[in-house]
Formats: sequence, C-alpha cells, structure tokens
Amino acid sequence: MEPILKVENLVKRYTKQNLVGVPQEFLALDSVSFTVSAGATLAIVGESGSGKSTVASCIACLETPTGGNLWFEGKNLAHAAENELRNLRPQIQLIFPDPASSLNPRWTILDIVAEPLVVQGKLSRSERMTRAFSLLERVGLSAEIAERPASELSGGQRQRLAIARALTLQPKILILDEALSALDCSVQAQIATLLIELQSSLGMTFLFISHDLAMAAYLADEIAVMSRGQIVEHGPAVKILQTPASEATRQLLAAVPQLSHAPQPAAQR
Amino acid sequence: MASVLDIQNLQVSYWSREIRSRPVLSGVSFDLMSGEILGVLGESGSGKSTLAASVLRLLPPNGEISGGAVLFEGNNLLQADYQELRQIRGGRISLIFQEPSLALHPTIRVGEQVRQVLAAHQSSAKKELAERTREIFNRLFPEDADRIARSYPHQLSGGQRQRALIAQAIACNPAIVIADEPTAALDPVTQAEILAVFRSLREVLGLSMIFITHNPALLSGFADRILILYAGQVVEWGPANSVLQSPRHPYTRALFESLPPAPADSGKNRKQMLLVIPGSSSPTSLPRKGCSFEPRCPLKMDVCREFEPPLVKLGETHILSCFRYQ
Repeated sequence: MEPILKVENLVKRYTKQNLVGVPQEFLALDSVSFTVSAGATLAIVGESGSGKSTVASCIACLETPTGGNLWFEGKNLAHAAENELRNLRPQIQLIFPDPASSLNPRWTILDIVAEPLVVQGKLSRSERMTRAFSLLERVGLSAEIAERPASELSGGQRQRLAIARALTLQPKILILDEALSALDCSVQAQIATLLIELQSSLGMTFLFISHDLAMAAYLADEIAVMSRGQIVEHGPAVKILQTPASEATRQLLAAVPQLSHAPQPAAQR
Repeated sequence: MASVLDIQNLQVSYWSREIRSRPVLSGVSFDLMSGEILGVLGESGSGKSTLAASVLRLLPPNGEISGGAVLFEGNNLLQADYQELRQIRGGRISLIFQEPSLALHPTIRVGEQVRQVLAAHQSSAKKELAERTREIFNRLFPEDADRIARSYPHQLSGGQRQRALIAQAIACNPAIVIADEPTAALDPVTQAEILAVFRSLREVLGLSMIFITHNPALLSGFADRILILYAGQVVEWGPANSVLQSPRHPYTRALFESLPPAPADSGKNRKQMLLVIPGSSSPTSLPRKGCSFEPRCPLKMDVCREFEPPLVKLGETHILSCFRYQ
C-alpha cells in the first residue's frame, strides 16, 4: 500500500543576511527522507537543533522547503501552487508545544473550536455549533465550560482544546510537535490515552516529535532519530530502542531519566 | 547529622476576590539535612512553587503566610526583619527559578549579572569581585568561561543560561539552593548535564539542595530523600530508594504508574494503557473535608471522606499520610 506521506531528500536552508559581510547560511535539513503509512504513528526524536521541528513545519506547509519533495497522497506539497495548498493544508494539522501561547486566551473555548469551520465557510451557524460541541465531547472537555475563555483552562485542558480544534476539519495527519512536553506527568498520560483512542477510532496518522524518548517509545510504531539535520536511524520502535545502531540514539537513550525499578506492590494492611 | 533548614507546619494562602482565602499549603513540615538533596515532587497546583517562594518570603502581594515556622541558622525566617532577609536571600539561601530566559536580565552580560550578586552581599574591592566572578565561571563553564561571561543571555543556549543562573545562585557560597523545576525547559541530554552540575556542586561545596520537579524520574539516582506534595499537603516523605521503588501513598503509586515504561522496556506490554488518574487536582475539585486525594483515590474508604488522614511513620524514616496505613 502506498504510504500516506513520503518525504524525499528534503532540504531546508536558512539564510541570515547581516548588515555587512557575507550572508550566513544554516542547513537545518540535510536531505531527509522517510515514509509514513496511513494510520500509523512515526516518532521523530533527536536533540535540540537536530531539525525535527523544521521537518514538522515543512510537512504542515508552514515553511517552504529549499529542496526535495513532500508527497502527500500523491501530491507534492513542496511544489504545489497556493490554491492547491489551501485545500491540502487542512488535512495536515499541527499541535504546538506551548498550550499557553498557541490559543487566544480571550476567545471562548467554543469559538476556538468553531473557528476553522467559520473560515472554511461551508456550514451554517447551527451546524458549526453542533460539530463544535461534539468535538469538545470527543476530547473530554465538558459542555459546561464551552463558554469560558481559554485563559481559564489548565495546561492539559488547553492541549485537549488544541486537539479538538485540529480535528475540526477532519485531517488525515496530526503532527504533535512536543505537544506533551509542557504537561505534568499524570496529564501526559491522560492526553496520550486520548491520542491512542482517537487514532484507533478515526484511523489518523500521527507524527510525534519529541525529545521524550520514553513517551515516543510508548506511542510510536516506528522511530526516526535525527541529528544535525539528518536522519541517522529509522525503523520499528522496539528494534531501535533495544538495539540502537547509531551513537546519537545511544546518547539519547542514555540521557532518558528513569525510575530505576518498576514500582512494586506495597504491602497492604 | 544536623538539619540545616526546618520547616514546621507551614500554612500559606492566596487571597482573591472570588474565592477569598484559599489555602495553598497546609501544615507542611519537613527538614533538610546538611549536604542533602531533597527532591520535592508535585504537579501543577500542588503548592511546590509556593513552598519555594515562602521559604524566602517572596510571595506575590496576594499571598499570605498564616502560620508555621521556617528555622534557619537559629532564626525563624518568618519573623526576620527586612535587613536580615535581604542578606539571606542570595547570600545564605538561593532560589533558582524555572525559566532561565525570564530570570536573567536580557541586556546585561551574564558575567556582570553574577558580579552584581557578589557586590550586593560582599563589600569587596573591584579586583576581588572580578577574581571571584572568574572563579565561579571557571567552575561552571570549564571550557569557555571568559566568552560566556562576556555574552548576553540571548547568545547562550538553554543549558548555558541555566548554568549562568546557577552561577548567580552559588556566587556567595550559600548553605542552601532551592531550584524550582530548573530543567523543565531543557532537552534530556542537557537536563542530565545540569543534574550532574548540581551533584558536583554538592560534593565540592557541601551545598544542601531542595530540587522541585513534577517528573519523578529526574530524582532517581539524584535525590537523597523525596517529599511528595499533593494539594498543598505532604502525602509521603522518605529515602529516595524507598519512595521510588516501593511508593506507599495511593497518589504516589498512581503517579508512578502513569509514566510510560522505560524505552528499553517498551517491547513488553506494548501499548498497555498508562494509568490515568481520574478527576483533577484543580482547586475547585478539591473536597471540603477529609483527605484531599479521596475523590480520585482507588483505595478510598468511608473514613477518608470525613477526616483528614494522620501522619503515619513506617520504620524510622518513611512518613505517609493515609488511613490505609494506620
């Protein structure tokens, strides 16, 4: 079966023009290639500056690649015209790391979820409201808080809202760029469980970008390890983590903080 | 071994128009031994940052310390006058905040920011201050000390900024450093480096430390004792190995079970559900009486709804607040 996403020799170069002198170039992505099957989860891991967020931005069409191809369901996002991109972008949604700054704190929860539908302009107001309420329920946000401003939500609730908003236009791919990193551990468990449930019921494809190797290992079928703009290792999650082939992967594994032993059942009285 | 800080029955509240007085810390008591790293584990709303701020009386205007004592070097800090407090803050007890980019002045070079801390506490000559600043930077930046000292915060990486903050914190050789989520904004490799920095400072300078975090895994192999805060109360406190390997309190156990398995173990129990603790610890969901964790507790009993659990001592060193262990 054709993969839903095929990244081929992706290159992204940033150029910084100073007031004097030669412009400085920074190669963020150095010919990156990988594929993702529909309904699967690929985790992209790597240290800070390895290029993983740049990959996310390119796939979400927020940045234009300098070179290479981005095949999404047979269409090349890297060379698509703006009017074509406008139809393709809603199908690839992005969840950002910071729940506090990625949502307008003064808008109500309901308005935030309904906004993509307003922009799209295809549904009537009552149809939009129905859909918005059903999405909120889907992510575990109760209808009672729908009229509250986003500023009143906790970190975990905000990420749920971000997920609800991302689902509004029924995307095929959800990119989670460090989406859990700012949350408390027990809240991460709640959101991770929600994501697994959404994937199984909606058949979505996830791209999970993180430096939290433990959570990436838990959620992903395959893992791609990035270092300095290149993919140094890519394969089934279990294989990569148990028998890492590259030094970058070994370093990442070594840095993962772990509870040294699994909690043992305490003596009950 | 002597205890260097003794917190007794600390009660802190915040005032707001809607809720009037809301207790954020209730009856928090613990001590810190000399040379100890105490891990304070708590999630959002547990009161951990309030605890850090309360020790040095750095609460916001609507915060009020309504009871208890903070004993340090023979004084109760809650009764110290402004001059004494000013000497202690940064001089004897330092506080490292969570966001290095917010704590550092953006338009002052970091070397100068450390020098200013020294100048505020010591009346040394200019040359001595410069010498001491150089010494501190050499300790924290063994390779690049001079260049880093001359840099502005925005020219440094996240890890370097955090080290610059640590430099400010240890400049005057304090007895205690309180660090509030110092590694939260950093990637795991840098996190591990910063933890190593703290460990080496403890060995070389004999520092005592309170390390506040929401991630239990960070404390493994790092903290000597661990104290767990839930809804402003101490629910468990004991030696790190004991708490991490055999947690007793239902909240502690639920918290550890909500962590994903170690990457090397991810093959077994593939996609076995992480434990999700139902409900939340937000102030509006806390019960009016009885145990604060009761609504979410898998082991709750009728008595938990009515009365607050007593402190129970397991062995010599492990303390717990739960009716199940009475």
